[in-house]
Amino acid sequence: MVKEMIHLTIDGVAVEVPKDTTILEAARSVGIAVPSLCYLKDLNQIAACRVCVVEIEGIQKLVASCNNKVWEGMVVHTNSPRVREARRVNVELLLTQHNCDCPYCIRSGNCELQKLANHLGLSHLAFHKDVPKTRWDMHFPLIRDASKCIKCMRCVQVCDKVQSLNIWDVSNTGSRTTVDVSHGRTIGEADCALCGQCITHCPVGALQARNDTLPAFDYLNDPGIVTVVQIAPAVRAAWGESLGLPREQATVNRLVAALRRMGFDYIFDTNFSADLTIMEEGSEFLHRLSHKEDYAWPMFTSCCPGWVRFMKSQYPDMVKNLSTAKSPQQMFGAVAKSYFAKTMGIDPHKIRCVSIMPCVAKKQEAAIPVMNNACGDPDVDLVLTTREIDRMIRAEHMDVTCLPEEPFDSPLGTGTGAGVIFGATGGVMEAALRSAYYLVTGSNPPADSFSQVRGMEGWKEAVFEIQGNPIRVAVASGLGNTRRLMEAIRAGKVSYDFVEIMACPGGCAGGGGQPIHEGQELAGVRGQVLYGLDKVNNLRYSHENPSVQKLYRDYLGEPLGHLSHELLHTDHEAWEMPQRPKGK
Amino acid sequence: MSRLEFYSTSGSQAVVESLYRDLEHRIVASPPGLCPVDLAAAFLKMCHAQTCGKCVPCRIGLRQLELLIEDVLEGRATMETLTMIERTAQVISDSADCAIGYEAANMVLKGIKGFRDDYVSHVKTGRCLCNLDQPVPCVAQCPAGVDIPGYIALVGSGRYADAVRLIRKDNPFPGVCGLVCEHPCESRCRRNMMEGAVNIRGLKRYAVDHAGIVPPPQCGEPTGKKVAVIGGGPSGLSAAFYLSLMGHKVTVYEARKQLGGMLRYGIPSYRLPRQELQKDIDAILATGVEVVMNTTIGKDISLAQLNRDYDAVYISIGAHTDKKVGIPGEDSRGVISAVEMLRAMGDNTPPDFTGKKVAVIGGGNVAMDCCRSAVRLGAEVVNVVYRRRQQDMTALPEEVEGALAEGVELLTMMAPMSIEADENENVTALWVQPQRVGGIDRAGRPTPETAKEEQVRVEADVIIIAIGQSIELKAFEEYGVPIHRGTIAALSSGDIENNAGIFAGGDCVTGPATVIKAIAAGKVAAANIDEYLGYQHEITVDIEIPAPYLGKRPSCGRSELPMEKAQERKGNFQCIECGFTDEVANQESKRCLRCDHFGYGVFKGGRQTKW
Repeated sequence: MVKEMIHLTIDGVAVEVPKDTTILEAARSVGIAVPSLCYLKDLNQIAACRVCVVEIEGIQKLVASCNNKVWEGMVVHTNSPRVREARRVNVELLLTQHNCDCPYCIRSGNCELQKLANHLGLSHLAFHKDVPKTRWDMHFPLIRDASKCIKCMRCVQVCDKVQSLNIWDVSNTGSRTTVDVSHGRTIGEADCALCGQCITHCPVGALQARNDTLPAFDYLNDPGIVTVVQIAPAVRAAWGESLGLPREQATVNRLVAALRRMGFDYIFDTNFSADLTIMEEGSEFLHRLSHKEDYAWPMFTSCCPGWVRFMKSQYPDMVKNLSTAKSPQQMFGAVAKSYFAKTMGIDPHKIRCVSIMPCVAKKQEAAIPVMNNACGDPDVDLVLTTREIDRMIRAEHMDVTCLPEEPFDSPLGTGTGAGVIFGATGGVMEAALRSAYYLVTGSNPPADSFSQVRGMEGWKEAVFEIQGNPIRVAVASGLGNTRRLMEAIRAGKVSYDFVEIMACPGGCAGGGGQPIHEGQELAGVRGQVLYGLDKVNNLRYSHENPSVQKLYRDYLGEPLGHLSHELLHTDHEAWEMPQRPKGK
Repeated sequence: MSRLEFYSTSGSQAVVESLYRDLEHRIVASPPGLCPVDLAAAFLKMCHAQTCGKCVPCRIGLRQLELLIEDVLEGRATMETLTMIERTAQVISDSADCAIGYEAANMVLKGIKGFRDDYVSHVKTGRCLCNLDQPVPCVAQCPAGVDIPGYIALVGSGRYADAVRLIRKDNPFPGVCGLVCEHPCESRCRRNMMEGAVNIRGLKRYAVDHAGIVPPPQCGEPTGKKVAVIGGGPSGLSAAFYLSLMGHKVTVYEARKQLGGMLRYGIPSYRLPRQELQKDIDAILATGVEVVMNTTIGKDISLAQLNRDYDAVYISIGAHTDKKVGIPGEDSRGVISAVEMLRAMGDNTPPDFTGKKVAVIGGGNVAMDCCRSAVRLGAEVVNVVYRRRQQDMTALPEEVEGALAEGVELLTMMAPMSIEADENENVTALWVQPQRVGGIDRAGRPTPETAKEEQVRVEADVIIIAIGQSIELKAFEEYGVPIHRGTIAALSSGDIENNAGIFAGGDCVTGPATVIKAIAAGKVAAANIDEYLGYQHEITVDIEIPAPYLGKRPSCGRSELPMEKAQERKGNFQCIECGFTDEVANQESKRCLRCDHFGYGVFKGGRQTKW
């Protein structure tokens, strides 16, 4: 159906847009940038900040452009004196309740409020400052700073509408209205998946991941410590964004060079342990398939700690459906502090295993008490988000454009194309199927046989045949999509053998630890980078990773073997997770 | 300087007076769900502004209370702060010279007792317990959660059938409610901040009057599940309607000759014309609801039988038995209950009061229905005997005014003491004891107390007792349905503990209440019965709501529905209320401030497109 077109004039420019377009979108469609703070297209159009107000001829009141639609013949002025005055005063009012200690704010330079105040040319504040105080557990991986919150409500909406967890809610009324954890809980008591989507959708510095860069520098400065760092697949698709590096230059090998300059002793690739994960998880899937009645179905992937938290809190009775395989991050740590330490003759207690992740939940995963199977110390000591490693690079005053491309260290620096696509939705499934096919048939399928599970759709399904046996798979990303899928499984409406879940929409490429870009969802673009890396890799099957093969040959024995089980698998029931509040 | 001067209001004083009125309006329009501690602080600040400043407790003490409550709100308080607030307020209450001081302190004391949990929550967690679940005031106040701004906008756009369809999503009795709903939706209407609530019921009636016959939506796929509904009143029929739409097979068991429950057997036709009631019932039955008439549970069929034959049972038997006053002579001939009288009228066999002197005991809406019906049935004199004041009556003020206009006499501050009868046991008079006004009770009404005056004789041939109804529970109690204080003990979900598959709602659970509450209970039961049967059917309607007007809303008073002339209407049972004209309906619909779009509703709560 062809949508009716509406004609209007904005700042003297004739505009034609489809019926039901908002004034704000109509303006932006012709390059008239109506500023906004709370607006998040389709998710948060609540006209709260009153910064996007415009003047419409014939209408006495200023009108919020974000949630009002155009009409035929409308004449709009986005910068009239009344609009300017209202916009300026409203921003000043927000600043009175905002902690404006910008120089040491994590979002300085990438803050919508700061940018807008600058654009408006504010030079002083005529009002009284009235900044609220924060009560928060600063050790938790997710931190909310009430003194910076502008009550745009985006976090509430993202958590409600995209992730379906309703962790945030409006708290108090009147002048003390703010955002806090829902149902009167503290964040530690909440069933937060730690996906970090609220952080990446916060326009200011009110929501942050815990800053772990200082302990990272401490490790680097301590001569008694051997630092072993791993770089997650999705990090390579995003790390250059906030450093002003074009995608083609922001290669993982340039990041390796940066880390080496920074002083990390061994720089490895999580792609290696992603391949290892495939060996274990793929073998586990085939084992479960051949002992079908002994297991609950479908089997779910377990690489995403946000998803594991979600499963434990929302569907605790189905935790047994999760693969027991540790995530690539944790497998890497376990191998680094056992096999690698032994091979290199390093005391594993002197190793500090650092990982660079596109993720907030990984900070919590590393701290799970039972993730310590290599030497009794935590498998992974410290998790840095992509944003944190970018901040460390800036703190080192490195000009990344001048860095050469350098190779990973050996032996844990080798990864296949199957490992790199772990960073995108569908990637784990595709990698697993490539190797499962090989393990069953003894020969490789064409590498792109399972590309049906790629793409940004929230819930994908496919059936593949391996040696005449149909394998029904599903892939979901984003926890709202995941909840729909889980409810359908529980209602018996769908039935699968193997399901991949990633908590963040688009997978780790859109992870909560990735660089933040106002109004843009970059998971799709970054995912394409990863699929591009897979395509050009000479190795596209996890089972062909020579370092993984050597690891099994020299140390672990075989997938699902005794040592593999000890180091690379975990009991998801061995730790507690707050449950979903009743009646939700 | 003159020796005396005639008082005249200064310019600034006149503005302050008008601000007082604005504030009153604003308080009326307070949305539910606000932080009570924050409000207490605001009230206190206003109280303090009224202080003349002479006395210490009021001048200084109220300020200290303000600061202490501020500490609570700012997260600076400890539990000791609360003790301090209580002690200080108590001293002010005890030692302030005038009411400005001690009444302000009493407000603080009332709050710290009444919502202590909120105070404690602020102290311990730095936040309050309140929650703005439904910020659109009219929708929040409507027990059935009808999308009021939505249908008002549709009325304003001339889309009357869409308005009816939208109402039916939450309430299958749009015609009935357009005429007799007690319209709690209007109580907190934000338009109160300006001039007065939007006349929501009037607009609903206008929509129904102009929509023509609107067929009900298509039913869903048959589920094969069977549900029995006991009682064909508003609650039972509402449940039946939605369950039927969900695809379940519903059978309504009705004890009387006709459907409608209290709508037919409780409300006289001059308020609710029978053809309007029938239109709503017809639409409900058109969904395929089956009806078994003249069948009483416990007599004609047992609850056990229904429970065996059906997958779920909904008990909605209403409150149809009368209550006794408990005074001597109550058994005399000529003493009848309101229930009895209205039931006879419902079946078109009204009593004849021609030339009779009628006394009605009671002050509620049922008493008004009885006295106004008595006028129409030919009574020569109709007295309403009530032991409190006119303003304390629970009847809607417009009902009382209507009765007065039709010639009913109110004998207020009179408590019935005994009924006098002649040698043939026929009533001759009601003896009443004059009362005087006492202290205010919990509900905010003064308690009547016996005045030192002689009893008064009120001549009467007929005495109608309209002091409430009770519920016939025997058959249900015997089966094991739990009873609490004369009502069925059902949960807020309609479930009955230890009786899986049996649900209850409406007057038989709440005691005599409003039509819209009964409808809401039916809606709740339908949802939970569906869930119990293993389904999650959604009731929804696909109607685009017109965009709101974005400009300023000019001042415009509230329009009231016109009435037929009292002297003409009192002679018959024709509908006494007239609908809006097109012009007025249009004007009234434009008064809606569209809280669904402007304000919090656009963020949370707000429009629920399905349930």
